[in-house]
Formats: sequence, C-alpha cells, structure tokens
Amino acid sequence: MIRTFVTVTAAASLLTACGQGGEAGRDLSGADTDYQSVLLEQLIDAQPGDVITIPAGIYEFDRSLMLTVDGVTIRGEGMDETVLNFQNQVAGAEGLLVTANDFTLENLAIEDTIGDAVKVNGGRNIVIRGVRVEWTGGYATENGAYGLYPVQTENVLIEDSVAIGASDAGIYVGQSRNITVRNNRAEYNVAGIEVENSVGADVYGNTATNNTGGILVFNMPNLPQRGHRTRVYDNDVFANNTENFGHAGTPVASVPAGSGIVINSNDEVEIFNNRISDNNTANIIISSLHSTGYSDYAVQPDFDPYPETIWIHSNTFSGGGSSPDGLDLTALKVVLFGLNGSLPDVLFDGYVDADKLVDGAMPAALRICVDDEVDVLNADGPNGFENPRVETENYRCTLDSLPAATLDFLD
Amino acid sequence: MIVRRVFATVLALLVTACGAETATPRYIESGNPAQLSEWGQLQIRGGMLEPAEGVIAYDLTSPLFTDYAHKLRTIWMPEGSQAVYREDDVLDFPVGTVITKTFYYPRGEEAGALSSTHPGGEDALAARLDLDRVELIETRILVRREAGWDAIPYRWDASQNEAALNRIGDIIPMQLSHDGQQLAFNYIMPNVNQCASCHAPDSNTRAIAPIGPKPRHLNRDFDYGSGPANQLAHMAELGLLVNAPLPEAAPHNADWTDPAVALDARARAYLDINCSHCHSPVGPADTSGLFLEPDTPAGPQLGLCKLPIAAGGGTGDRPYDIVPGEPDLSILLYRMASVEADVMMPEIGRSTIHAEAVELIREWIAQMDGNCA
Repeated sequence: MIRTFVTVTAAASLLTACGQGGEAGRDLSGADTDYQSVLLEQLIDAQPGDVITIPAGIYEFDRSLMLTVDGVTIRGEGMDETVLNFQNQVAGAEGLLVTANDFTLENLAIEDTIGDAVKVNGGRNIVIRGVRVEWTGGYATENGAYGLYPVQTENVLIEDSVAIGASDAGIYVGQSRNITVRNNRAEYNVAGIEVENSVGADVYGNTATNNTGGILVFNMPNLPQRGHRTRVYDNDVFANNTENFGHAGTPVASVPAGSGIVINSNDEVEIFNNRISDNNTANIIISSLHSTGYSDYAVQPDFDPYPETIWIHSNTFSGGGSSPDGLDLTALKVVLFGLNGSLPDVLFDGYVDADKLVDGAMPAALRICVDDEVDVLNADGPNGFENPRVETENYRCTLDSLPAATLDFLD
Repeated sequence: MIVRRVFATVLALLVTACGAETATPRYIESGNPAQLSEWGQLQIRGGMLEPAEGVIAYDLTSPLFTDYAHKLRTIWMPEGSQAVYREDDVLDFPVGTVITKTFYYPRGEEAGALSSTHPGGEDALAARLDLDRVELIETRILVRREAGWDAIPYRWDASQNEAALNRIGDIIPMQLSHDGQQLAFNYIMPNVNQCASCHAPDSNTRAIAPIGPKPRHLNRDFDYGSGPANQLAHMAELGLLVNAPLPEAAPHNADWTDPAVALDARARAYLDINCSHCHSPVGPADTSGLFLEPDTPAGPQLGLCKLPIAAGGGTGDRPYDIVPGEPDLSILLYRMASVEADVMMPEIGRSTIHAEAVELIREWIAQMDGNCA
C-alpha cells in the first residue's frame, strides 16, 4: 500500500512541479560582483591554516567555488550579514565544493545555488557552524538538491545552521562516520535533516518543521558504506506537512508529506526525548526499501533492507496522522479509524527478515521497540497491505542505549 | 648557480616568445609562469602553431567532449628521461614532464564565425594548426613536479600570439556552427581548483594526474608527418617509453565514432573517457555507486536498474540510472542530454549537449535486454 502510495506521489509531482514558485527572491541590485574573483583567487592560493574572512555584504557569483586545500577556515560576519548569492550562476553543480580535511565554514549564507549549496566530498574534521543555506524564492522543485551536504566524511559537526528550500534534503550527511548535527533549523525542504548510509550520528537540539519529512535516517543499497547507529533526540519535529516537491526517482520522493521522523532500512536507531507533533501522515514512520519502489534486480545481494534494533522512547507526541498524504493512506485511515480519526503515531510497513526469526519472533536485540504511550500500526506490507492492524503491544519493549558520537576532533 | 639559471631563463624567454621561429621546451620547477611561451612547448612558425622540437603531439582514440572544441595535445620529457608503461593507468611520467592541451575551434566560412569542423575538411597534419584557419581558446599545462602534478591554465589573447596565465577561469560567450545549426553557449574555462574536479581521480589521495595518456587511449595511429605510426610504438622507438608491449598486446579502446566497431565497445569507450575519472570505485563520484570504467561488469554498478542516490533534479523523474531497452527512462541519458548545471553530466567541462554521443548511448541502452521489474 505504501508502495502504491509512493507511485501516486511520484506521478503527482511529475504533473505539478510543486512549489511556491515565482516568489521574488533575493534582490541583487547593488550586490557586489567584483568580489567573486577575489574569493576565487583566495581559494586557489589558500594554505593550510589560512582563515579566509568575508566581510558583511551581499556578493553575487556566476560560477561555483571550490576548495582543495586542507586546514582552511572560511568565515563571514554572520548568516544574515555575509551573503553569497548564486541566483545568476551559469556554471557549476554546487555553490561551494570542498575536497579537503580540517575544514571550517562559519557565519555566512549561501543562497539560490543551481545545485547543492555546500558539498564536502571526502575529508576528516569538517565543521559547519552558523551557516544559512536558502533558496530565497520559496520551496520549489527547481531549487537545488541539498543544502549542507557532507558525503564520505569522517568527524563532522553541523551546528547552529539553517537550511531552507532544498528540493531534496536541507541538511544531508551521507556515507560518513562520527557525525553531530545539533541546534539547526530545517524548514521547507523535502527532507529537513537526513542521515544516510552513515555510522555513528547524533542528531539533537534541532528544529524541523514545514518540511515534507522532518528527520530521516536512511540506508540505500549499492553504496560503499552501510549505515547504522544513529541517535535522534531532543529535537522539535512538528508540522512537516509541505507537499513532496522532490524529483521522482530520488530516495526522498517516497516520503509522504506529513512525516515527522522516518527510518528506512537502517539499524540501531534510538529516538528519544523529542517533541513530535502535528505531522499529518505519521509522527514516526519505520519502513524498508521494499516500500520505496526499488528494483530487486539492482539491489546488492547482501543489502539488508530491514530496519532493526530501533528504540523509540521518552518522546512527547501530539496531533499528527489526521490527514495522511496519498489516496491509499487516506483510505486506510478512514477504514481503520474513521473519517475524523487519525493514523497512530508510529507507522511500520511491516517488513521483517524472515531468516532472522527464532520460533517466529525477532531476537530481542533486533526488535523494534516503542516504549512511549502511543500506538503502532503495522501496515502489513509483506502481504500486499491486506491486513493492516494496530499491534502496539508487540512493540512494547526496551533496548540498550546507543553510544554517543564524539567531538574529540575539535581542539 | 642561481645567476646562471636566471640567465638561462632570460635567454629561453628571448628565444621562445611565441612568434619567434623556434621554442625550446623547458621544465619549470615551481610557480605559475605568466605566459604560456615560457614553457617553450609550442611555437608559432610560418603562421602555424606547432609542437617545439622534441615535443610529441598525440591523440586519443576516443577523447573527452568539450563543447566540440578541437584539441592539440603534446608531451615532452626532459632529455634522457622516459615514461614507464603501466597497463591500466596513466603512463608513469618522470619529473619534468610537461603535457599541454590546446583547445581551439576551426574558423567558419564567414569572417569571425567558428565551426565545429573545418569547412574544407580536416587538416592532414593535426599536429600543426594553421592560425588562419583556427581560433585558439586556451592551453592547459600539466607539469610533473617533484611533489606531483600541477595544472596551470592559459588563455589565448585576441592577437593569437600568446596565452596568459588565467587561474580564476572565465566564461566565454561562443557562437559555433555545428551540423548546420548555430550553437550559442558559454564556453567555461575552469578555475585552477576545478582542475581537480576531473584530474584528481583518486578521492583518497586527491593527487592531480593526467587522464588521457593511458595505453588504452593512446594505442592508435598518429601521423607524425611521415605516415601513420602507432603512438605507443613511436614513443618506445624514440626511447621515451619503456616496458611497453607491442601495440597488439596493449589494451585499446574503441573509437566511439567508428560504425565498424561493436556498439557496446563504442559506448563503453565513450563513457570511459568522459566519466570514469570520477565514476570509479576510488573516484570522487564513488558516492553514487555508479562506475563507468571499461571493465565494470554489466549490472547495477554500471547503472542497470540502479536507484539514484543524490541526483536531486538529475533524475529527471526517471527511476533508474539505466533501464535496459528504455533510454527515455534512463537517468544516465537524461543527464547527458542536459546543460542544466545541477543536472548535466559531466558536471563541468561542457555547456552544450553532445548530440552524437547522446544518440550513441541511446542506441546502446535501447538494444539492452532485460527490464527492471
């Protein structure tokens, strides 16, 4: 049923190319166009240990920036004071592309890039602090894919930053290790914050609202690194009900509007102390790659699509589930809970690894445990969604707490 | 010693300034020389741009596409040094090696117009460019220094006598006639850091390296002025390449334009030279899980029924990288056929659609068996 639903969503986004579209973005009259060549030279000449400071001002860029030198800091005078705008960009797949270790980016804004705003491809000890990435014309399918995008990095801290309007994920950490994402705000992205194929992530103190999905913990097949061990805690995840304006085919295109926290095919995820409310499909969704429109043929043989060792506890829930995205989920809600009812706070697609069952049950350490006073809906995906049912009691259990990510790499 | 070196430099400058009769190729150990002519790799003589004495021109069986630009490629190694053959990698060049690549367009029939092909047919001698018939755009130097390769780009001036160092890149409006059509586009000269977008094929070491001079790309004939000769054999004969097998025993990619060659070999050769420096298990695009090396087996790694990972708008709302038999459902083809900065592949290096290659890859996908159900 979720799969059918996904297809419907994809078709819808094909037809509509969603967004607020047409809103006037950043006004660049009076913007500084000369500074581009200065910064390009500084990035070329950078030496380890350099701090490149960018004064307050609005700067216009027509092509992307790239840094390849280790140990460099790029620092502005504040996320609303130092603005690098790429509205008139004609070349480059990112605003800023970094392939270097020991990199710090802080106190500035990167706006209106054609593609990703900031991509850090590879590297250790990456700090992004007080950075705003935003598409200033409002959320739209045509916006760039990712806001803050470290991939294949080790030791990452993203804090006190803001991501608005990304057509994929506002803050996206992919294929990385030892990650802290804290005290950020993600709004009007398809995915607010996404941790994908990463090992050892702490996501806390963030606000995710008005996204399609608030916080996502995903695993995708055919990648060099499989992810596990993510803690999502102390976040405010509310009213993530913006239509899915992502591109069909992307992993986030399968996320229904109205998703609070989504775990897909990932293991060892602990979700606690969050305030989760008013996400109209479900406050928490736990699903498998089976529900996301994959091809059996193309999944590596050893890929494990089953979400396991999931512990949800100590969260506060309110609202949510009242207006699920898509005809099938709506029908499901009406049939099971009535016209004025709501889907339960936790929606599970029901896929479990039959090979791991012992006497018909999951070993304790691999279970999905929901130790909050909320119901769990098993959508019965493996049986063609024929018998969706509330089976809260099957998930009343506890697991061991996960270890924290470390910030030892900070001096 | 220093005095002598300075004196030698001055002398070399005097002799090699473009427009002079002959140039003397030099290895410059450090820094970014302000003029291309300081390297002495190319000379202008009798209205022709040509390699200096001792500098070898070469070509690739299937080259990278850069907005239909033509390219004059040269290699020079300091006297007495040689490159060592490596079967599946770039030849192991000695310190002091200088590789140049000059991007140019043929002049069209009307004054000031440029064309993707010579109106009167191609030059027999591709290693010498008649400056009345071409416009030089840029020359990129790759120099093998003690610490590794450095990339240094030069932009040709309006007089076409000299090219000046340009490290921050440029956006050059271009009007080109191609196949009966007028293409208007921005030719993008990358900045120095962006050289690493393609020329750092190992994302772990991030070391700069040449891409083209691999045996499989070099293993073809070139007319050095006395009839065609195999490039690997020619370099070996000159004592510039050691440990090379006979050309028959060396790998060789297909010429992607050769209709006599099997479609699969042509497509794989094109994807190899245009994509595999990033799309390899150690390349910067290993984040995608899509590998386009010549020996990648036909399966998900080659894109068959593979979900996109971080393609964003690059998916074009299509489900998989390659859907066998369905080019119009395949993301790979969508990205080749785009010039949107956040969609197109490769991410840099072109501003036009390589229509002929899109057609090739379309045919290649169309004839694939199977489906993704």
